[in-house]
Amino acid sequence: MTRFLPFAALLLLASCAGQPGTWGWYVVDPTTANGWVNIKFLLRGFSSTIQVSLLAAFASIIIGLLITMPGLSANRWVRLPNRIYVEFIRAIPLLPMLFWVFYGLPVVMKSMGIQINIDPFWGAVITLAISDSAFTAEIFRSGIQAVPRGQTEASSVIGLSRAQTMRYVILPQAIRRILPPLANQFIYIVKMSAFASVIGMQELTRRANELVVTEYRPLEIYSLLILEYLVLVLIISSAVRWLERRMGADER
Amino acid sequence: MSAAVKMSSLSKWYGDFQVLKDIDLKVAAGEKLVICGPSGSGKSTVVRCVANLEPYQGGDLSVLDTAPDKVRRGDVGMVFQQFNLFPHLSVLDNLTLGPIRVLKQSRTEAEARARDLLDRVKIPDQADKRPGQLSGGQQQRVAIARALCMEPKVMLFDEPTSALDPEMIAEVLDVMEELARDGMTMICVTHEMGFARRVADRIAFMDAGEMVEIGTPDQVFTAPKSDRFADFLDKILSH
Ligand SMILES: Nc1ncnc2c1ncn2[C@@H]1O[C@H](COP(=O)(O)OP(=O)(O)OP(=O)(O)O)[C@@H](O)[C@H]1O
Ligand SMILES: [Mg+2]
Repeated sequence: MTRFLPFAALLLLASCAGQPGTWGWYVVDPTTANGWVNIKFLLRGFSSTIQVSLLAAFASIIIGLLITMPGLSANRWVRLPNRIYVEFIRAIPLLPMLFWVFYGLPVVMKSMGIQINIDPFWGAVITLAISDSAFTAEIFRSGIQAVPRGQTEASSVIGLSRAQTMRYVILPQAIRRILPPLANQFIYIVKMSAFASVIGMQELTRRANELVVTEYRPLEIYSLLILEYLVLVLIISSAVRWLERRMGADER
Repeated sequence: MSAAVKMSSLSKWYGDFQVLKDIDLKVAAGEKLVICGPSGSGKSTVVRCVANLEPYQGGDLSVLDTAPDKVRRGDVGMVFQQFNLFPHLSVLDNLTLGPIRVLKQSRTEAEARARDLLDRVKIPDQADKRPGQLSGGQQQRVAIARALCMEPKVMLFDEPTSALDPEMIAEVLDVMEELARDGMTMICVTHEMGFARRVADRIAFMDAGEMVEIGTPDQVFTAPKSDRFADFLDKILSH
């Protein structure tokens, strides 16, 4: 129940609405025509935020898997590309990477003879996916390496190939350790998608910013913005908890 | 008779540390060999080389008349101290995974054979449980059945009863004895000297990476040639 405490705090803030001069909840008051228009404008940001996050998470899993594979090798030279990618990507703050992808990547592609236009939506998807993939790769690698060596040895003596061992023995056991942190990583993507507002993507944060400029009520609008993220993240985290409980249940 | 396992001057190093020192050993088809020796003497390493789980750097090793990595898959079965069952699969699926994926048997065929083998290791009614729901002794018998599903020609055991509570040791040794009576070629690392006396054709003693002595049970139990073996037997038999 503790996770509803933030809501309570926000409601407390909202109760200050009656005092003139400090609060102006009328900007997002659903009972007035203008307030209702504003609320609808803000809520429409959910669809882009969710779309960007889902696509980025999906791409991050694919990239993460590809990056993980060499990382599992016993040979340190084969492992090297994995380490370089993970350390390099993890070191780059999201915002500069977003700028680089949005403004820089088209130039790089053009110099290679490929004409592309990256719109804010895909710029955000690409950046979030790449940035997150370094973490995803580490989650996969540690999940797979946590499966005891005896499992690989037992697979080997019953004649399974390396690929069969991965598929039938290692991955099914690793997945329990991988899914919960992977789902937590999704929460990170959702929150980081707010940065896409600076390259002009019409997601939750961008819409709030735009409304602040026209209405000039930053306190109320940003409070509502935080509430929007809170709802989204709490929904995801209860799904994660449900997942963890289910995975724990058939452990034995 | 051709040897099931043959090593000559087999040597292995971990970095500068030599774990196996010029091991010479021949195990005939159908023979039962028990290997014993103090901790760290290299017993597991010998067996793991035969199972193609470890590379070696010197000498020759042939298993079923070929190099260990060329042996037909499943021909050499191995049972581990820690069982190493697949915890996410039912007992039945533990047994049928190899036959279905490696031997390309149909599921019905593989399951029928798996149930026969569970009968043989005396746990016919645990097929649908997960390994974690079984006792240690039951788990080890499942592990033996899993190896037998591949119809191996040689069975390796690395201290199969060392992780078991005393009351479960006998049930595992019984199954192994039965397997021995059926003519299986067996190499077994164990300190169960009662079992060795009843089942082994020969007993080998390893110390510090060397194969110090090898002989029939009668011979080694009455008059071991080396002092090291005599001391070792003294210690474990006085327990
Ligand atoms: N991966 C490894 N790297 C370095 N040294 C190792 C490795 N595996 C085993 N050793 C060493 O090799 C020696 C032989 O090990 P091995 O496991 O074969 O002994 P063992 O006779 O089976 O002993 P135990 O009775 O304890 O099982 C030991 O000294 C051990 O420390
Ligand atoms: Mg050992």
